[in-house]
Amino acid sequence: MSQTQVQETEKPQFYLTEEHHPEHSTMLGFWLYLMSDCLIFAVLFATHGVVGRNYAAGPSPADLFDLGLVAFNTAMLLLSSITYGFAMLQMERNAKMETLFWLGVTGVFGAIFLAVELYEFYHLLHEGAGPTRSAFLSSFFTLVGTHGLHVTFGIIWLITLMVQVKKHGLNPENRRRLMCLSMFWHFLDVIWIGVFSFVYLLGVLG
Amino acid sequence: MSSQHPGHESAFEPHHAHSHPGDAAGHGSFKSYMTGFILSVILTAIPFWLVMGGVLDSKLLTAVLVMGIGVVQIVVHVIYFLHMNARSEGGWTLMALIFTIIIVGIALAGSLWVMHHLNTNMMPMTHEMMKNMP
Repeated sequence: MSQTQVQETEKPQFYLTEEHHPEHSTMLGFWLYLMSDCLIFAVLFATHGVVGRNYAAGPSPADLFDLGLVAFNTAMLLLSSITYGFAMLQMERNAKMETLFWLGVTGVFGAIFLAVELYEFYHLLHEGAGPTRSAFLSSFFTLVGTHGLHVTFGIIWLITLMVQVKKHGLNPENRRRLMCLSMFWHFLDVIWIGVFSFVYLLGVLG
Repeated sequence: MSSQHPGHESAFEPHHAHSHPGDAAGHGSFKSYMTGFILSVILTAIPFWLVMGGVLDSKLLTAVLVMGIGVVQIVVHVIYFLHMNARSEGGWTLMALIFTIIIVGIALAGSLWVMHHLNTNMMPMTHEMMKNMP
């Protein structure tokens, strides 16, 4: 009787040892999150595609957008993508300080991007071209604002991770987190390609 | 005998991925990052040049080129920066990506198509009706 009891209590041990999953499943989960985020942007793009030409006798993209500024912003985001890539390469080499340096550079480029975008929004609002002016401006502010919000949270995440890496080093947990943020950051750059092509360039083209 | 081989290999794959966590998730080399970056710079510069310089007379051709180059650049980013390939996560990331592209395609094409037809089939509005709109 007691023999079987001992056997039964020992049984769960088997499951516990099997509980150890491969770590990269986090990456698949995060990828699925990015795909669902992609759907959010797709819906916002579709909305802009439908109402983006309804100016309500207000200003059109050609009146409002400064393509030079958009090109500068695109360059900032592209540069931040490549510097994040450099950070990942340094992480591979186990070089903590170099990783932190490139993460910092990425953060600076991201912050410049955000600052320019906020300047652009302020400028538009100042000209009376706020989100309430026309359907085109409503969808524009929603789409570009959502992207900007993603970048904002990306930068907050980046700073958090820099502190974590500084404190705890490049341990497996921080590596995993850095890889997730890497995907997030490059994903935002992919979305921005759609924004500058579809919203700004095609908008100005008329 | 030969049919046993693929099964044998795939059974070992998760174990291999586990022992080297870095390999499975896919990393770029310096070369692949730079290739992606240079391609992106070129693919960004062309559409801005087309629109800002007013290079082509045809607006439609410019629009098609801008969107086409944009799609190419997205593919470049996904391959060189997001390290997408058919092997990562046993092909599941690619599956998710293809599924998402299909849904995005349906949402975008469907919305534009339906709303365009709604617009053209709307009852023409008189000036009087326009004034009384909320």
